[in-house]
Amino acid sequence: MSLLSVHDLFVNYRTQGGPVPAVRGVDIEIGTGEVLGLAGESGCGKSTIAGALLRLLPTGTEVTGSILLNGEDVLGMRPGRLRAVRWTETSIVFQGAMHALNPVQRVGEQIEEAILIHHQAGEREAHVRVGGLLEQVGLPPRRIKDYPHELSGGQKQRVMIAMALACNPSLIIADEPTTALDVMVQAQVLKLLKELQRDLGLAMLFITHDLSVLIEVCDRLAIMYAGRIVEEGPAQSVFYESAHPYTRALADAFPAIGEGRFRKAPSGLPGDPPYPQDLPGGCTFHPRCPLAFEACPHIDPRLFDVGPGWRAACLLVDSAKPVLEAARTPGSGP
Amino acid sequence: MSTRRYLISKVLQAILTLAFVLAFNFFLFRAVGDPVTQLLRGHSGISAQAVLQLQRQLGLDLPLPQQFVHYVKETFEGHLGYSYFYNLPVSQVIAGRIWPTILLIGLSTLASTALGIWIGIRQGWRRGSKYDQGMLAFTLFTYSMPEFWFGLLIIMAFAVGVGPFPALFPTGGYETTGAGYTGMAHVVDVLNHMVLPFFVLTLSYLGEYSLIMRSSLLETLGEDFIITARAKGVRENRVLYGHAVPNALLPTMTVTILQLGFVLSGVITIELIFNWPGLGLLTATSVDARDFPVLQGLFLLFSASVIVANLVADLLYSYLDPRVRAA
Ligand SMILES: Nc1ncnc2c1ncn2[C@@H]1O[C@H](COP(=O)(O)OP(=O)(O)O)[C@@H](O)[C@H]1O
Ligand SMILES: [Mg+2]
Repeated sequence: MSLLSVHDLFVNYRTQGGPVPAVRGVDIEIGTGEVLGLAGESGCGKSTIAGALLRLLPTGTEVTGSILLNGEDVLGMRPGRLRAVRWTETSIVFQGAMHALNPVQRVGEQIEEAILIHHQAGEREAHVRVGGLLEQVGLPPRRIKDYPHELSGGQKQRVMIAMALACNPSLIIADEPTTALDVMVQAQVLKLLKELQRDLGLAMLFITHDLSVLIEVCDRLAIMYAGRIVEEGPAQSVFYESAHPYTRALADAFPAIGEGRFRKAPSGLPGDPPYPQDLPGGCTFHPRCPLAFEACPHIDPRLFDVGPGWRAACLLVDSAKPVLEAARTPGSGP
Repeated sequence: MSTRRYLISKVLQAILTLAFVLAFNFFLFRAVGDPVTQLLRGHSGISAQAVLQLQRQLGLDLPLPQQFVHYVKETFEGHLGYSYFYNLPVSQVIAGRIWPTILLIGLSTLASTALGIWIGIRQGWRRGSKYDQGMLAFTLFTYSMPEFWFGLLIIMAFAVGVGPFPALFPTGGYETTGAGYTGMAHVVDVLNHMVLPFFVLTLSYLGEYSLIMRSSLLETLGEDFIITARAKGVRENRVLYGHAVPNALLPTMTVTILQLGFVLSGVITIELIFNWPGLGLLTATSVDARDFPVLQGLFLLFSASVIVANLVADLLYSYLDPRVRAA
């Protein structure tokens, strides 16, 4: 049984301009100790998925499908059970810890709060544990008494990581944990996360728009575009032999660290990702796709097998041929 | 040690502002006209010699710089001049009127801030609910209603007694004159007189505080650390009172204290309507009587209290908001 098993997840934000379909049918599996990377341009729905997993999206947001955490249905949980599961089974390292910490509370207290509300320790023991957690993420324990503004961006992110570890969760969701940081600090935080993941046997959902970060940390990669996963498979295969033109473009934009290619705008990727309320017909990527052909505006591709445990939602994939054939036969198109 | 530096700079700032007010006060009341002419207004046939003597008595024959030094020195010794109207030292006139105002403003400010903040929290937390909409309408109504109009309505309804309303409370004043109450009876009598002006003042400023608290809370609830708290499994009640409110209170508190200047001007109207013998009523009657020394003293006192309130706000802020200390 997977640690996390998401099936057919749909998320509709409710806005004054009507529903915003930010996530449109996503499946995710993460096993114990496994690291799944989730990448895609900003706005494609990555944070929405992260929020949906612990039901942190704004009230009124419509979430359907199933989310099983350790086999338990998250979407059906009562509030008390949901609170108990939050942080003890899954915790989140938020994007830009800058604003993710309460500015008027000492960081030690904020970490301690998590331990105390889940009754994982008494006050004195919790206090000792917070010191230990800070050491674990490479901060001196005296930082317990600091307020967030007294810390640098990297230090805040370390506090956030310490906080995420506080209740010994088996899964950590890291939503762009290095995005707001300097390049040097990014590398340090990344290294820390990698080490902690390995040492503690943590499962992780690692979200970023920078593919080169993922290739170093992840077992598997999932690439998102316009609310769907368009390619998913073993990290090396997806990155180096991308089956989907969008993945190719992303990989070119962020060459792996140490690789000869230098960073450039996604090659052959003009324009911006579509707004969820205004999606193109057929394959949502076709208006920007360098390889688009006549069938693309008409057929919305599902995920086709590319290799073992590797799938891509593109009509150019070999296993998509039957679908194309069927569409060419008059009267039997989808 | 940045905290101490911050505090020192704030105190220095307050002292500087006070000095400026002191100087401004001196020149302002000399700019409105010659005090002797003002004083003798309405009296005819006064000899030139009498005028000279009066000038000397008031120290007006000295050169301006010397007058200023004299004025500053006197002010620091608590001598604020002599009331034309009451024939008493200004300090004495003010001292006799200060407590009713402190009582009225103090109690109603406490009530309107506490109530306003409480209402604002509940509104912001349940944004768009019936409670929120109802309170929004109600507070906007009381907030926009002019105090004198509101005051008169209240007097008609609860002091004069109109239609179904019984005349429950006295129409004005501080105590029942000639009743000679003492002890507890006196306290009850004063409170009874205070109910209506207290009610009007409290209701007039309530809306301001609830609106600020509401919008401040709404803004705070949209911040990332609120999501962090929820993600940690914190109960909703604690998300509100443990995380959102402490952050949202900071701007509200500052505005509340800055608001004090307006409350002081509002109290002039209310005291006049309810014949409440405080500094507001004194201001109104002194304007009528052109009692400039008293007005000068009141002006100084009002300015000083606003400056001190600001200082207190800054100090409190630095105590409550760790970020300010570093600034
Ligand atoms: N609270 C919200 N209300 C309405 N739309 C939202 C809200 N949050 C995000 N969205 C929209 O949903 C889409 C996905 O957003 P998000 O999940 O934050 O993307 P990502 O994390 O990949 O950058 C975007 O188009 C965004 O504008
Ligand atoms: Mg995001």
